[in-house]
Amino acid sequence: MALRELSSLEKYLGLKKPNKYSTQGDKKIPVLQNNNGPPLVGMVTIACHLVKEAKRPNLLGDCAESRAVVQQWLEYRVSKLDGCTKEDIKTILKDLNLYLQDKVYMAGNQFTLADTFMYYGIHPLIVDLAIQDKEQYVNVTRWFDHIQHYPGIRHHLPPVVVPRNRLYTSKHH
Amino acid sequence: MKLFVSEGNPHCLKVLAALEVTGVQCDVQYVNHEERVVPFLSRPALPALLLPSGLHLFSSNAICRYLFEIVGQDSSERCNQWLEWEATDLQPALLQALHMAVLHGKGSEVSKVLQGPLNYLEQSLSKGNTPYLTGEAVSVADVVLWAALYPVLSDSSLACERTSVKAWFDRGAVLHSCESAAQKVLQGKGLQGMKSYMQRQPAPQSSQSRDTQPCNSNPAEGVEDERAVSEEEMEAAALTWSKGLNSCPLAADRQHPILPHEGKRNLLVTSALPYVNNVPHLGNIIGCVLSADVFSRYGRLRGWNLLFVCGTDEYGTATENKAREEGLTPQQICDKYHAIHSSIYKWFQIDFDFFGRTTTEKQTEIAQDIFWRIHKHGFLIEDTVEQLRCEKCQRFLADRFVEGICPHCSYPEARGDQCDKCGRLINAVELREPQCKVCRQTPVVRSSKHLFLDLPKLEPQLEQWLEKSTSTGDWTANAKQITRSWLRDGLKPRCITRDLRWGTPVPHPDFKEKVFYVWFDAPIGYLSITANYTDKWEKWWKNPHQVELYNFMAKDNVPFHSVVFPCSLLGAQDNYTLVSHLIATEYLNYEDTKFSKSRGVGVFGDMAKDTGIPSDVWRFYLLYVRPEGQDSAFSWADMALKNNSELLNNLGNFINRAGMFVTKFFEGCVPAMELQQEDKKLLALVGWELQQYIQLMDKVKIRDALRHILNISRHGNQYIQVNEPWKKIKGGDTERQRAGTVTGVSVNIACLLSVMLLPYMPTVSQTIRDQLNAPQSCVNTMLQGTGTFVCSLSAGHRIGTVSPLFQKLEVDQIEALKKRFGGQQTTAQRASSTQPAAVPAAAAEVATSNGVDPEKAKQLTQAVTEQGEKVRALKAQKAEKAVITAEVAKLLDLKKQLALAEGKSSEPAPQKGKRK
Repeated sequence: MALRELSSLEKYLGLKKPNKYSTQGDKKIPVLQNNNGPPLVGMVTIACHLVKEAKRPNLLGDCAESRAVVQQWLEYRVSKLDGCTKEDIKTILKDLNLYLQDKVYMAGNQFTLADTFMYYGIHPLIVDLAIQDKEQYVNVTRWFDHIQHYPGIRHHLPPVVVPRNRLYTSKHH
Repeated sequence: MKLFVSEGNPHCLKVLAALEVTGVQCDVQYVNHEERVVPFLSRPALPALLLPSGLHLFSSNAICRYLFEIVGQDSSERCNQWLEWEATDLQPALLQALHMAVLHGKGSEVSKVLQGPLNYLEQSLSKGNTPYLTGEAVSVADVVLWAALYPVLSDSSLACERTSVKAWFDRGAVLHSCESAAQKVLQGKGLQGMKSYMQRQPAPQSSQSRDTQPCNSNPAEGVEDERAVSEEEMEAAALTWSKGLNSCPLAADRQHPILPHEGKRNLLVTSALPYVNNVPHLGNIIGCVLSADVFSRYGRLRGWNLLFVCGTDEYGTATENKAREEGLTPQQICDKYHAIHSSIYKWFQIDFDFFGRTTTEKQTEIAQDIFWRIHKHGFLIEDTVEQLRCEKCQRFLADRFVEGICPHCSYPEARGDQCDKCGRLINAVELREPQCKVCRQTPVVRSSKHLFLDLPKLEPQLEQWLEKSTSTGDWTANAKQITRSWLRDGLKPRCITRDLRWGTPVPHPDFKEKVFYVWFDAPIGYLSITANYTDKWEKWWKNPHQVELYNFMAKDNVPFHSVVFPCSLLGAQDNYTLVSHLIATEYLNYEDTKFSKSRGVGVFGDMAKDTGIPSDVWRFYLLYVRPEGQDSAFSWADMALKNNSELLNNLGNFINRAGMFVTKFFEGCVPAMELQQEDKKLLALVGWELQQYIQLMDKVKIRDALRHILNISRHGNQYIQVNEPWKKIKGGDTERQRAGTVTGVSVNIACLLSVMLLPYMPTVSQTIRDQLNAPQSCVNTMLQGTGTFVCSLSAGHRIGTVSPLFQKLEVDQIEALKKRFGGQQTTAQRASSTQPAAVPAAAAEVATSNGVDPEKAKQLTQAVTEQGEKVRALKAQKAEKAVITAEVAKLLDLKKQLALAEGKSSEPAPQKGKRK
């Protein structure tokens, strides 16, 4: 899972030669052998490294504040989203929906690595949503649809149909 | 920029330490754990940093990273890696370790849980050979890990065995900042400083990954597994709570006769009519009358217009035989046993609107009317049957009046309908060497004309009705299945007449010596019993559009209520009310065997009260093991266990504590309540359990609904345990107010519980309301709609005197009862009217055995009881061992003598000392 995401990210970043990854532990944490030093461990760490390598630092945020926000969502992705239980799903979607109410991207008005990784992480939850639920989390699905159509992002994941018109106008869920 | 932190929250250590190390100027505000600082998160998340842009950071690591970045220390890749490891690997383990150490006092578990991460840290530090995690200088990674580990490392010797970790941890610069941050957060209380924070965290799961734990599986964690409560639910629950008792007038007391009302839900509830010639056992009681009673009580609370009728089924051969055995007339037998049934049900608090009987004029009138109607519509067939006739007694011998040799297995005492040895059904004329049971003459075969109900002709109508009733009504699965199998096998004409005297006479002139067969006659009892209750009985029974009929029974009775009786009523074509909801239980076994009247195994209705266990406790346990969906078993040990664990320690404990806090801390007046998030969450949880209870009860899932009552008191106990009002009451004003809120909410939950318990344990329910001096209107309010948990005891309400509701069932007591009902007693005391009623069943039995002395047994029973009490008293006083041993020896000797007097083998008494 994590490896496919990293290879999709490489393609998006336009890195010429793909890296080889290994994994460690039960949780299959990705490991990148690094010629210049000890290996890098962990998906977020590796992803940030790839972004720097591709010389696209803006993907990590263009100022201290947005860099902090990007890092926060990357951490959220690996520590909260990836370990979530069924009960958590509703809360997560509800919170994100509220958060995205006045934002185009996770870190405001600029596309960042946080969008990519939150998109990959939330994809399995969105796939399982009923149409009514998609409408309930309208800001999440709007953002999700936007990211899945962002050039070069979707790669290994199937597209999810998001209705643009509300089919269920009343809120009786 | 503003930083929000809360005391006792270990994550706040990190940011406060980072603030010290970086020297960034920032407002720090201390808030409550439950304070929602970040507007878009539904669960409280602290620490939180409000950025100049108006955005919030809610991850402690992101905050630390930001603080370092604004003083010019960007985090390196190494640093990133440590922070990621801290969030994904260290934190879950740390949370679990703190949970163990702080909440469960298992400090010893900490090293085990943290072993993996600490070893990893040790390896990395020793390999890297640098003073700090990422090099020669302190980085954000050092601060974050330091602060994260500070509570456990400073509190234990974990670091000592890991030299590199210890060297790193003890390095001055950061340690100082951490210590000063720890002083602020933990207030010098060490791990215990985090207690209130940890109590509010969900119990950590050992595996945090979705990959290893599919999110749709709901791990069975028992009580720990709390349902997530959303913000909306909490607010809705708080709103409902604030509404208070509705001012609508109290539902008037029941005005008899109860008749259907237009615009109301009109329920007619019946329970299978118990057969009069026997004393009902616990299985009979739970299967029909008790289940119907719980549902009826619940229905009345729901505001439905409900009539609950039942009565004894009195006609038939069994009664005639019993009369002969006891030397009485059948009517005398019926009178005697009807009274026994009545008193048993009264003791079990079965709240019938009318408890009648089938031997009445109304029965004759209605049964004959139905008969003529069926006859008129051509649903009766005449046929000749070969039967045995006793020339001496001048009558045809019904099944049970004839005995002979079984044609299948040659058992010499086979009855006319069935062989007790091989269990096969027998046609009486097939018996070899038949004998009249009365005069022992050999009967002759004669043909006799009988009437049959033409079920095949009624089948299409029946199927059409069944389709509708089973799909719209609540039929239990077994009821549907048994009915289906009857129809699948095809219906055959069924004989409705018998050559007997004790029955409803057949009015047809060609059949005047005959009576109706009980299966035809008995269900008509429901109608005639209602007719004896009110002249307007037809408003219930010929009113299918307004009335819903609920039949309660055990599964063996299903075909008569779903196929045979409906066919009689359909054939009569008089717009009868047919069953809408057929509620059938499975069987209740006794310990590992069946209840058996003839072997004296099991507890029978009239003995339950002699056990000294209150009626409500019997009701509770029988309903707790109600054979709902599958057979279940009555077990003495389990009854004691459920009494002691559920009633005493869970339910009773909670209600008693809530009441005692009001009495002890608030002079008996309910204190003022300021609801906080936590209280609202509890209200939501309780409200949800209440809704489940109502949904299940509406569907007559009586046993399942009971679980939700017990869940509520479990939530309540947990709530009290976490909030510790007995400590807070000694604190400052805020703490005292908190104690008040917790007490007030708890006592109101107790009030709700009394209402939910009413159908199950009517006396206990009333006792709770008496103790709380609760307004009667709370009974009508809370079970309306989908369930409304309101504050019914508002601030200032004065409660009554609180006392314990339940008593412990001791092992000795239960062992004694188990022995007593394990198959030694008989019905001897009932069979002979000369026996004094007070003789214990066990003693009465031995009169029939050899070499035993019932009188002596009686005296010995008494002596054993007294000696047993003496020994217990000595043990309680912690008397000298030698004294106790001597008294125990006396007790064992007495028991031995008793066993001999009762004719049992004197097996050695169990070694008491070992059981403890």
